Amino acid sequence: MVGVVNSQVVFERPAAMSSVATHYCPGCTHGVAHRLVAEVLDEMGLVEKTVGVASVGCSVFAYNYFDCDFVEAAHGRAPAMATGVKRMLPDRVVFTYQGDGDLASIGMGEIVHAAARGENITVIFINNANYGMTGGQMAPTTLPGQKTTSSPAGRDVEQMGFPIRTAELLATLEGAGYVVRRSLHDPKNIRLAKKAVRLAFETQVRGLGFSMVELLSTCPTNWGINPVDSLQWVEDHMVPAFPLGDYKVADAVAQIRLR
Amino acid sequence: MPKELLKGNIAMAEAAIRAGLEGYFGYPITPQTELLEWMSARMPELGRVFLQAESELAAINMVYGAACTGARVMTSSSSPGVSLMMEGLSYIAGTEIPVVLIDVMRGGPGLGNIAPAQSDYNQIVHGGGHGDYFPIVLAPSSVQEAIDLTVLAFDLAEKYRTIVVVLADGSIGQMMEPAELPPMKPLKTTRPEWATTGATNREKRVLSSIYLQPEQEEITNLRLLKRLEEIEANEIRYKSYYLEDAEFVVVGFGTAGRVALSAVRMARAEGLKVGLLRPITLNPFPIAQLRQITDQVKAFLVVEMNSGQMLLDVQRATMGQAPVEFYGRLGGVVPFPDEILAEIRRIATTNEYATNGFVRRNWLRRLETLVDGGE
Repeated sequence: MVGVVNSQVVFERPAAMSSVATHYCPGCTHGVAHRLVAEVLDEMGLVEKTVGVASVGCSVFAYNYFDCDFVEAAHGRAPAMATGVKRMLPDRVVFTYQGDGDLASIGMGEIVHAAARGENITVIFINNANYGMTGGQMAPTTLPGQKTTSSPAGRDVEQMGFPIRTAELLATLEGAGYVVRRSLHDPKNIRLAKKAVRLAFETQVRGLGFSMVELLSTCPTNWGINPVDSLQWVEDHMVPAFPLGDYKVADAVAQIRLR
Repeated sequence: MPKELLKGNIAMAEAAIRAGLEGYFGYPITPQTELLEWMSARMPELGRVFLQAESELAAINMVYGAACTGARVMTSSSSPGVSLMMEGLSYIAGTEIPVVLIDVMRGGPGLGNIAPAQSDYNQIVHGGGHGDYFPIVLAPSSVQEAIDLTVLAFDLAEKYRTIVVVLADGSIGQMMEPAELPPMKPLKTTRPEWATTGATNREKRVLSSIYLQPEQEEITNLRLLKRLEEIEANEIRYKSYYLEDAEFVVVGFGTAGRVALSAVRMARAEGLKVGLLRPITLNPFPIAQLRQITDQVKAFLVVEMNSGQMLLDVQRATMGQAPVEFYGRLGGVVPFPDEILAEIRRIATTNEYATNGFVRRNWLRRLETLVDGGE
């Protein structure tokens, strides 16, 4: 540091993130998504009053990476478990962190009803178009023609149906206060995602209903391409199939002004 | 508290409320629904949590989350609904948190019917969900006992950080009889040291059923087993009738045990030296108590509203030291006292008991005659 007169911290680990290495693969955007959540918890001063709900999938160990209380749900049941926590502790902040297999396949019933009830929880939804933890099988979000280990010839929509656009689906429910889709494929979009995560938690602390941020994410390991190409793949293939945007912003949420 | 004429389902619901229930999550299913309905009115009235879930799957996972906060919580259901809860129950067991489940059993398998049955004994007592775990199982035979055991269930669940199932059946849930409710208990004001309530001024806590290292999972399994040993040492409950001089002993739980008691009384009036042992805790099972009377007993008669699920536990307890005969009705049929009396007369007057391996076969032949006979 010779020659540095006035040093200033410009980048550090958010206090809400535990000081441990994650198990995530190199280039995976789970780390980015975790960081955004942690930064928001820090900014809003929520770490001490938050209970996270981890799900089953790559984010199964999310409880190791955040410095708040955590519970670990069964596959797909995080919104139900979060409902139980939130109903008993209405003054606490409760969020789930779920992948696409967990949320949009096995847990579709639980997420739809949590949103329909206007359950005052926040859902961080990682959409990477495959089942990461089990080694890259077809997910409800797998794109038509996309090759996975369980659709080796590519997803044939005649046989395997079409991808589910969860944000759009949940946005039809009156209980949803804030439902948006963002992407983590470049810095600009990461900044937009951060703002959305913040708004989702703001929605919850104001009691404005169910909030969810769907985050288009990469899975370089299972996609079989390098991290940089993975980011490009999100932009080229996922964004057109899962358009970014605000699908439900309740009037009261739209009036929130962030400083 | 004065005695009131109470329906079983409502009595259990109100008993849970008075035991300090803070949160209820459930789903409608006959013959349990009145319990949920009662909760839907009473819990909000008291400022407590009631939520009708979208399924039993969701209900048990809501209870799972709610229990993680250290609050007194429960759910209730009936056989097919409880099947859907098995996943959540296994996770709850693996997380070692207290939860109370009231299962008002009905006839099965499958959709079955809505009549009283005991055919989920194995599912509840010996497993159901995956993995090695051991819920405490309490079997009431009257509305009063259903009340008392519901209250007890919460204390046991918290004492041992375990699942406690009140295993009732459709007749306990649906019948009305005079019973006394306990006084209203104040709600808990403290939370256990493991509860995830937000890490305010303390280290963070994690509640999970995941132990990725087999060695760690084995330690957890051992802990659950040691807890079971403690439960077996402290919590066995049963009721015995006329055992002092009994040469023949009927064993039955819940409604079957209650009907059997009528039959035993009729048999006593005929001069037959017969008694009844009615297990109240199905887990822990009164093994030592059964073993203790094996020497004085010429034969046991197990009576159940299933195909002989508890029968196997009685056989295990008596270890072949005395003949164990069986009589059961199936599919939601409740036996009449005179059917059981006929069985008592049969075992009291014969010397030809079925050897263990043929108990069920012999019973089936007798039952077929009865059912084919235009019952």
